[in-house]
Amino acid sequence: MSIDKSISGRDGAGASPPGDDGSSPTEGTGRPTSPIEFRLDPASGVPTYLQLVQQVEHALRLGYLNPGDQLPKVRDVVAALAINPNTVLKAYRDLEIKGLASGRPGQGTFVQATLSQVALPELTALRRSLSGWLTAADGAGLDEDGMVALFTSALRDFYERRNGSHTRGGAARGETEGVA
Amino acid sequence: MNVIEASGLGKRYGSTWALRECALAIPAGHVAALVGPNGAGKTTLLNLAVGLATPSAGEVTVLGGRPPGSPAALDGIAFVAQDTPMYKNLSAADMLHLTRNLNRRFDQRYAEDRLAELGIPLKRKAGKLSGGQQAQLALTLALARRPRLLLLDEPVAMLDPIARHDFMATVLTAMADDGVSVLLSSHVLAELERVADYLILVSRGRVQVAGEVEDLLASHRMLTGPAAEVGRYARRPVVRLSRGEAQAHLLVRATADDPVPPGWETHPVGLEELALAYLRDPAAAALPGPARIRSAEPSELTR
Repeated sequence: MSIDKSISGRDGAGASPPGDDGSSPTEGTGRPTSPIEFRLDPASGVPTYLQLVQQVEHALRLGYLNPGDQLPKVRDVVAALAINPNTVLKAYRDLEIKGLASGRPGQGTFVQATLSQVALPELTALRRSLSGWLTAADGAGLDEDGMVALFTSALRDFYERRNGSHTRGGAARGETEGVA
Repeated sequence: MNVIEASGLGKRYGSTWALRECALAIPAGHVAALVGPNGAGKTTLLNLAVGLATPSAGEVTVLGGRPPGSPAALDGIAFVAQDTPMYKNLSAADMLHLTRNLNRRFDQRYAEDRLAELGIPLKRKAGKLSGGQQAQLALTLALARRPRLLLLDEPVAMLDPIARHDFMATVLTAMADDGVSVLLSSHVLAELERVADYLILVSRGRVQVAGEVEDLLASHRMLTGPAAEVGRYARRPVVRLSRGEAQAHLLVRATADDPVPPGWETHPVGLEELALAYLRDPAAAALPGPARIRSAEPSELTR
């Protein structure tokens, strides 16, 4: 695959004169930059490209990224994390296939759709009430694993009950799954 | 285009073969990692590609069929040798001047901008720079020649973690900006996973494995199961077997879609695990290239 074409087609990095945009990844270009920045966890065992995909999805869910926002430029990600440009391209291609992002030739890759169903203020309020619950659980003597287990189990029950009320038999099926 | 092509390539020093029967075709657009133990033949292969050594057998070409050492090849190749040798008494500015005058193409502005960005003073003598700065200076001189192929021999072995990160960031940014293809030799396996997308394993003068990392990882699985049943599978596709009294691990050539026999678990393998398995067992040498790995018959395990 021809890497120079695919990258300059996205970032316009190959076309821009030196010093204009490409050569100073720090700041001062006046162009809009991405609201997020990637990080890598080498010990996670998750492939690098997948870590990038997951971070975008996470940011979409939490409302840090919204449709129209620009994803970090391939060149900037490469310079900051010292990873192979093909890895970043693969992550962005994956996001495109999922319909979450789209590439604009000469400009970069932009968020196309969102994963967050709730606006940021509501999320903040929900987070606050969850913190209250966590404090209560902690006070009752539950440790972190206990909280996760309790939350996960309650979450499963919640969805089983809700699916059960929509379609008869759904709950029964969910129960057998839970047992197995 | 293949940046390096070799067939039957061999190099003999006295009665010892440093490299033999090497067949390779590395496509452009990759960071290819040349991995193997010390004395495996990595440096010999790089020297043959640059034209610093001549083959004792077979042939090698670079950048789509150009003979190594020819003007056409030299214009397109930049090479940073092990330990980034430098004229210690020359200043950074003198090194720039020298390199500009010794080459047909040299991007003075790129070199100066890059050194300014790195905070390397032009008047400082090369010998007085830190190890990381010396490596960056050598790399800057190489990249300012605007090569199509960059060859690096153990580029980061001597550098501290930050210098290593910054050095690789410079290399990979050049790849993103200009589409430079890279071939680097290394025995720092852990960091390759995020950098290399093409792997060449060399051991005892022979190429063991060569192929795109993605294909290699997709065509290998780790199987864990009862040690007593190993004999049924330990024939053709097993790369490496490690067994305890009850349980055994088999690294086999198989895909995620291949059915797993009852009682066995299957896991994907990482690049480091894969490379180590091959390197620890040179008997697994002379394995078919990636093209043939992909079309390999269904393994024993699937039946």
